[in-house]
Amino acid sequence: MFAAFFHRAVLQAISLLFGCTGEILTEKSGNLNLGIPGIMYVGGISGVIGGFLYENSLESKDDANWFLAIFIPLICCLIGSLIMGLIYCFLTTTLRANQNVTGLALTTFGVGIGKYFGGVLIKLVHADVPSVTVSTTSNFYKASLPIAQDLGWFGEMFFGYGFLAYTAIIIAVIAAVFLKRTRPGLNLRAVGENPATADAAGISVTKYKYLATCIGSMIAGMGGLYYVMNNASGVWSNNGLDNIGWLAIALVIFTVWKPNFAILGAFLFGALSIAPYYLSLYEIVDINLRTKPFFDMLPYIVTVIVLIFNSLRKKRETQPPEALGLSYFREDR
Amino acid sequence: MQEVPAIRFENITKAFGTKVVANKNVTMDIQKGEIMALLGENGSGKTTLMNMLSGIYRQDEGQIYINGEEVQITSPKDAYDLGIGMIHQHFKLVDVFTAIENIAMGMDKKETGSNKDITEKVQEICDKYGFDVDPKKKVYNMTVSEKQTLEIVKTLYRGANMLILDEPTAVLTPQETDKLFAVMRNMKADGKSIIIITHKLNEVLAISDRVAILRKGEYIDTVLTAEASVQSLTDMMVGEKVELDIDRPEVEAKEKRIGVSHLTCLDKYGVKALDDVTFDAYGGEILGIAGISGSGQKQLLEAIAGLQRCEKGSSIVYYDNSNNVETEMVGMTVSEIKKMGVSLAFVPEDRLGMGLVGSMGMSDNMMLRSYKKGHSPFTDRKGPRDLALRVKDELEVLTPNVTTPVRKLSGGNVQKVLVGREIASEPTVMMAAYAVRGLDINTSYTIYRLLNEQKKKGVAVIYVGEDLDVLLALCDRIAVLCGGKLNGIVDGRTATKEEVGLMMTHLNEEKQEVQANG
Repeated sequence: MFAAFFHRAVLQAISLLFGCTGEILTEKSGNLNLGIPGIMYVGGISGVIGGFLYENSLESKDDANWFLAIFIPLICCLIGSLIMGLIYCFLTTTLRANQNVTGLALTTFGVGIGKYFGGVLIKLVHADVPSVTVSTTSNFYKASLPIAQDLGWFGEMFFGYGFLAYTAIIIAVIAAVFLKRTRPGLNLRAVGENPATADAAGISVTKYKYLATCIGSMIAGMGGLYYVMNNASGVWSNNGLDNIGWLAIALVIFTVWKPNFAILGAFLFGALSIAPYYLSLYEIVDINLRTKPFFDMLPYIVTVIVLIFNSLRKKRETQPPEALGLSYFREDR
Repeated sequence: MQEVPAIRFENITKAFGTKVVANKNVTMDIQKGEIMALLGENGSGKTTLMNMLSGIYRQDEGQIYINGEEVQITSPKDAYDLGIGMIHQHFKLVDVFTAIENIAMGMDKKETGSNKDITEKVQEICDKYGFDVDPKKKVYNMTVSEKQTLEIVKTLYRGANMLILDEPTAVLTPQETDKLFAVMRNMKADGKSIIIITHKLNEVLAISDRVAILRKGEYIDTVLTAEASVQSLTDMMVGEKVELDIDRPEVEAKEKRIGVSHLTCLDKYGVKALDDVTFDAYGGEILGIAGISGSGQKQLLEAIAGLQRCEKGSSIVYYDNSNNVETEMVGMTVSEIKKMGVSLAFVPEDRLGMGLVGSMGMSDNMMLRSYKKGHSPFTDRKGPRDLALRVKDELEVLTPNVTTPVRKLSGGNVQKVLVGREIASEPTVMMAAYAVRGLDINTSYTIYRLLNEQKKKGVAVIYVGEDLDVLLALCDRIAVLCGGKLNGIVDGRTATKEEVGLMMTHLNEEKQEVQANG
């Protein structure tokens, strides 16, 4: 039972981890990108469109080539989220627009894009239900190593996931090492803390902001792709992703801007989100319309508590990057 | 034989927008191995000129030559590559980084090697010039002087041969200033060119070889320091003869106005910023507050103004002598204090944060003080506008219009607006923090004159300052803070600069020192 719980918690956690790692990188450059939910939507729908086009180009579902089935949606997802990242950067870094407004607009825009193209696809297939399915592609994404079945509970807990799950963890670890140990990581943190200082030290603030935000967006976009392909089994039904986007942003605060903490934090949030299901399964609490919203709130409540403790503790290292949310202009006086 | 100058500016012009010309046709030289002081009033374009050299700004016209060759400096990186390093007035350091991380950032790892290699090289530089840097210390734990040292070491590490120091002594104690000057002389002996921007003329005379003077963006002249005096430099800077004595008028009838006792306050990190401070302030007196920046000056003034929470046992009593009423002010809000009829004027350190609203014009800022007056639901706009015009005339505020956002005015003019407004409220207690910080000598003297006028009117003036020469010339008594504790009160007429400087830095030796000196 625990293995099954653990497995489901990890499944829930991976989208969050993608979103969180992407947003941490972005925020470390001083860009507060509140467009993450929109970016995850765009990442998800771009992947679905890629998968949809590929599946429809096949004579029969059995002809599907595993490499193309994975590669095409992935590339579409990365390009879609990259464009979102570029829009954000162009508005906030080049034109120095307000970051909060831009981010929120981008969320509205991204959700709209997702729903619009979702609707287009649904129309194209003349489906009875308001959803579109790319199950062939999804199966390739969900494929786990064959040894997972042979190892019993151990296999289920550690090997029973699609490749994107491992990718998410590897990216988070790389991001943590990058920020803590490398010179470009140091430069990136300097940009987020104090862009004028970074500029005076010869660091290209614009370059770092663009790179961090665009790469961050692409990582977050993969969270959207993972959600559609793995959690929703390739079914795009025009909802479900906004929650994950906002939770990912909350998770950034929860993990005090550290990608290695994000791995644990995402798991905790994932566990919290499926806990009510398991609690009711074993009849510990009764989950109904009345109690479910309370459990949905749990991750946010935990985040608020962490925020309170973090502010009380006042340790400088766990505070947000100092220039977070501020645009930078060299000749400002 | 004419040597090639290390730096040469030729016909440099830089304008911000269409109206403000910061530099106009500036042509000047700086030689190798010399310390050049750059002097000028506020807004005369000193910092702008230097920012062009360090790659922050780009000149509109003119050329810069380094060692005789014309160069294009388009970014701070270009400046570093040419061996130019600037120590800005507001330090360019990342607070959450260690000293070494601050030096390492922005540099290629292939050049610098690991952090250990950097540490070794930094140690070499420190030994050579007499610095002291703790490589692992986080910047937010450093004192101002340590931060400045780190800034200088950082530029030297990057191989700077030409250093620009923008008002380096503004935040240092006299002892720290001496140390800085010693280091500067070492660097000069090593053949480095140094440009120092400062408003303190005695320092100019002490450290520099030559003085270049800018006035309203134009280059006036360069003189040999040996042939200059405070008076001659001031006259050149202002363009006319200036009276250079700070008055200290005697006021006979001094009345106790404010009694502070056992005042203890915490800063935002929960550390004691003020620790059991007790003193009285009298009407008709200027009480100076001396101390290294961050010794609790801010909390002290804000506590009296009712903006700072005080710990248990603290007491601030206001004595209203005409009515024989004593009011305990601790625990009262600003509006309650105002309602009690206590008229406080406060010129805070953070002019555009706490003092004025940057995006509003002069007259709207005047209204912040008076909007509650009267019974009509509409505010009186005419009164504040008249007051704004009066302040503009009397204090010679340079602004196109009283509706121009004050953010767009230069530092000195912003300060005049603030001081003018506070004085107009006819206070009984006037508090001013670093009222002349960043102001040129002419404006500074205007501010001193205004404070003295208030004193003569019987106002209790509390003046937090950083220039000890001024404190000693202006104040009747000087209270010295050291690490949040009151380290004694000295008489401004008899105390010496060294004595006060020592009291600012050494808490326990205070008593013996005072006894030894007096």
